[in-house]
Amino acid sequence: MSETKKFLYVNRKAPYGTIYALESLEVVLIGAAFEQDVSLAFLDDGVFQLTRGQDTAGIGIKNFSNTFRALGDYDVTKLFVERESLDERGLTEADLQAITYEDENDDWAEKPSIRVVSRAEMADIMASQDVVLSF
Amino acid sequence: MAYQVNGQTVEHDEEGYITTLSDWSRDLAEEIAKTENVNMTDEHWAVVDFLREYYDEYQIAPAVRVLIKAIAKQMGPEIGNNKYMYELFPYGPAKQACKIAGLPKPTGCV
Amino acid sequence: MSTLHTVNKSPFGNGALQSCLKHCKPGDAVLLIEDGVYGAIAGSALAAEVRAGLSDVALYVLEGDVKARGIDAGKILGEVKSVGYGGFVDLVTSHDRTQAWL
Repeated sequence: MSETKKFLYVNRKAPYGTIYALESLEVVLIGAAFEQDVSLAFLDDGVFQLTRGQDTAGIGIKNFSNTFRALGDYDVTKLFVERESLDERGLTEADLQAITYEDENDDWAEKPSIRVVSRAEMADIMASQDVVLSF
Repeated sequence: MAYQVNGQTVEHDEEGYITTLSDWSRDLAEEIAKTENVNMTDEHWAVVDFLREYYDEYQIAPAVRVLIKAIAKQMGPEIGNNKYMYELFPYGPAKQACKIAGLPKPTGCV
Repeated sequence: MSTLHTVNKSPFGNGALQSCLKHCKPGDAVLLIEDGVYGAIAGSALAAEVRAGLSDVALYVLEGDVKARGIDAGKILGEVKSVGYGGFVDLVTSHDRTQAWL
C-alpha cells in the first residue's frame, strides 16, 4: 500500500506525570519513517507538553520538550493546539515554545508548526482523519 | 563491560553504547572507533560532532534519513549521501556513529 | 463519515468523557467501556451534562463492564444502548474511524 493516509496523534496528558506524552512523541518519530500525512493534536492537559522553559534537571527525567523542535526534520509540521484548552489553563500562545519547520517547497523558508485552533476546528480536524492514535 | 581510556574505566552496554553520556571524551571516541574498526578522519569527526550537537539541542539522536539530509544541507551532497555515509560508517551511520559519539541508539533502531 | 469514540475512564476522576462529548460531530457514537461505564449512571452529578451531549450522538455501554461493576440496568440513563463484544465490533466496522479517549 503506497497510498498516503492521514494520521492524527491526539495528546491529552501533561508531560511528566505519566509516560503517555513521551510514548506519543517516540511513536511519532518512529512512525515518521512511513511517510504518511501526520498531524499532532494537543488538547486538555496535552497543551502543557508544549510550554516553554521546561527544566527537568531537578526530577532526573529527560526534558523531551526540546525534541518537539526536531519534528520539522521528520516532516512533521502540523501541531494543532486547542485554544479553549489553553484558556482553561490560564495559558496563551505566548506561553508555548516556538516550533518551526523549513518549507522545502518554499526555498526552505522557516514557518511555524504550531497552529492554535478552536475546539470546533479541532473536532473537524479529528473527523477528517483516516487513523486517530490517542495518548 | 567497559572501555579503558587514559587510565579511566567507562562502562558500556552489551552493544557497546556507553551507559553514562557524560563519560564521553574525544579520546574515548577514538577508543570506541577502534573497537568498531573505524579509523577516525575529519569527515568522521564532522558527523560525530554533528550528532552530538543535534542531541544537545533536541535530546534525541536523529534517524538516519534525517541525519543524512541535515549533513547534506550543512556539508554538501558529496558528503551527505547514503553511499558516502555508509563508507564512513559501514555498520550504519546512525548506529555506529551514535556509538562513537557516546549517544544512545537512535529512536526507532531495533 | 462518522467516528466511534471509546471512553475507558470514570468521568468522576478524569475529564475524558466530557472532552469527548465536546469534540463529537453529529452522527458519531460514544461507547463507554471499563470504568467509562460509570458515566452512564442516571441521577449522577454529571448525568445532565452527559445527556446534553447526546442530542445527535448515540451513547453505548459495554454490557460486561456494566455487570462486572454491579450497576443495575435500571440505574443507566434511558438513552443508553447496551452492547456485547459482538456489538462493539459492529460499532467499529460501521464507523469510519475509532478514537480512544484515555
